[in-house]
Amino acid sequence: MIIVYINSTNGLSKSALETVTYGKKLGADVTVVTNGNASADLLSTLGEYGASKVIVDRSVDGEDAQQLTRLIASVAQTVGANTVIFSHDLIGKAVAPRLSVRLKAGLVSGAISIPEADGTVKVNVFSGKAMGAVKVNSATKIISLLPNSIQPEVSGAACSVEETSGQGGIAAIKVISTKKPEGEIPLPEAELVVSAGRGLKGPENWGMIEEMAKLLGAATACSRPVADIGWRPHHEHVGQTGVAIRPNLYIAVGISGAIQHLAGVNGSKVIVVVNTDPEAPFFKAADYGIVGDAFEVVPRLNEAIKKFKAAQH
Amino acid sequence: MKILVCISKSPDTTSKVAFTDGNTKFDENGVQYIVNPYDEWYALVRALEIKEAGGGQVTIVTVGAATDEAVIRKALAIGADEAVRIDADPKDAYYTATQIAEYAKSNGFDLILTGKETINYNGSQVGGMIAEALDLPFVSLAEKLDVNGSTLTLEREIAGGVQVIEVATPAVVSCAKGMAEQRIPNMRGIMAARTKPLTVVAPVAVEDLTSYVSYTMPNAKSAVKMINPENMDELVELLHNEAKVI
Ligand SMILES: Cc1cc2nc3c(=O)[nH]c(=O)nc-3n(C[C@H](O)[C@H](O)[C@H](O)COP(=O)(O)OP(=O)(O)OC[C@H]3O[C@@H](n4cnc5c(N)ncnc54)[C@H](O)[C@@H]3O)c2cc1C
Ligand SMILES: Nc1ncnc2c1ncn2[C@@H]1O[C@H](COP(=O)(O)O)[C@@H](O)[C@H]1O
Repeated sequence: MIIVYINSTNGLSKSALETVTYGKKLGADVTVVTNGNASADLLSTLGEYGASKVIVDRSVDGEDAQQLTRLIASVAQTVGANTVIFSHDLIGKAVAPRLSVRLKAGLVSGAISIPEADGTVKVNVFSGKAMGAVKVNSATKIISLLPNSIQPEVSGAACSVEETSGQGGIAAIKVISTKKPEGEIPLPEAELVVSAGRGLKGPENWGMIEEMAKLLGAATACSRPVADIGWRPHHEHVGQTGVAIRPNLYIAVGISGAIQHLAGVNGSKVIVVVNTDPEAPFFKAADYGIVGDAFEVVPRLNEAIKKFKAAQH
Repeated sequence: MKILVCISKSPDTTSKVAFTDGNTKFDENGVQYIVNPYDEWYALVRALEIKEAGGGQVTIVTVGAATDEAVIRKALAIGADEAVRIDADPKDAYYTATQIAEYAKSNGFDLILTGKETINYNGSQVGGMIAEALDLPFVSLAEKLDVNGSTLTLEREIAGGVQVIEVATPAVVSCAKGMAEQRIPNMRGIMAARTKPLTVVAPVAVEDLTSYVSYTMPNAKSAVKMINPENMDELVELLHNEAKVI
């Protein structure tokens, strides 16, 4: 019996559909556990991705890790789960380890594919520089799936939704407020990212990078020194010690491609590098490379994107 | 405030990643170990700032072998008051967390800090596991932490925004970027670290729940396609028709 936890407070995210699809690939009987206020109609559509039943506890309305752990543990015990699946996101990173201790179930975090024939599960290690095969020694397994590792697949029809309540106990964490950034695309979820580094010489030169991001509908990012000297906000810093991202397209302008930078972006599907130095290490990790001065290349690229966008309409 | 900071070692970020024994073991040949950057820059430095502002004590704990003491001394040089080494090979996150929780149980800490993740195994597991073992609240991936008496105010990035939350001590928090700035140890700190107490504690018997059986290197990337800097229309065309990303 497979259990999948999804967060449905803001509707059904792509990563939620990925985890349900993943559950379906592991076994026929998939129970989805969720909390929050998504409508029963919406939740029943999870059946299309492989759920046979959805259990929702609306009394757990936040993301308190203790409440969620109690809720999921109680469902796991009732249905006799042998596998529990999470998305390896903020909630998964808080709840899956707790559940591992509570159920004495080995946790594989950041799985990138379904289990191999020998039962091991592949994960990224050394910040994406290698992959490891993990074996779970306990009878019950917990797997958290790295977002964007598999695609959601429709395989069935709507399923039943069962309401339950009070399984989470009391919340210890109180949410005071949530500040939403206006208009910006949040970096961790962005499919397209435009990034720049020290090669841009100063914060006053970021206008052309922001313009490119706007034209493409991309998020902006930067290298660590650029955030450290205050040219760009800290939340844009990607790399080993910043945010790790896996967008479909990563455009890096004036970034040398130090190993610590690559560690945060090497999961990108396509990488474009613009650098004056043909020897810049980033070219080794790139799919498309342009040796040239950012101050000439970027404005030219922006014009080309404008032309392309205009032709599409 | 009594703060426990969990410190792990990790290979220097420029280390070559390679494996031996039929790809079953990380090749430590020539590898320099450092304090895991998240633990050092964010968790430890923020703990020291909290102590400097409001008094208290900062203890660091590592599950590791005697050879890890160089890394422990480095964390002491940055300013921790004392260190504890639980004398065991950290087999998996569950094993590590259970050892730390056992130690913490009898020592009454108000706050336990971990890094966001270790940069070699990237599991992000140990903090949540310690919290569950001690039945304490856990705030993951915090980017800001302020202490007001027995209330912690924290910020963390959630899908599309920043969330401000409050929780009462004792609690466990994992620390991500934004929490503090890196500190370089000075000569006085390095000298003082030599004489600070380092207690070695025997591990409790715990089974590991997971094990790494083998490693593989990712497929080599196909060669980069170079594009004429004068011809950005070509790049846009390739991104659209070949790579299909725009
Ligand atoms: C423990 C540790 C952790 C780290 N973590 C991170 C991390 O998370 N993220 C990160 O980014 N870094 C990290 N670093 C720093 C990393 O090692 C590099 O120093 C950093 O990535 C370099 O940033 P940069 O490429 O912007 O600058 P530089 O290395 O200075 O490179 C600038 C590049 O711009 C090019 N250039 C110059 N002028 C132009 C122009 N007109 N047009 C186009 N190109 C131009 C240059 O040829 C050069 O390649 C870490 C370092 C350590 C030790
Ligand atoms: N062997 C260890 N000793 C002490 N703390 C550790 C150890 N391993 C991991 N940690 C702590 O747990 C955090 C998360 O580690 P991980 O779950 O391995 O990603 C690290 O940033 C450290 O703060």
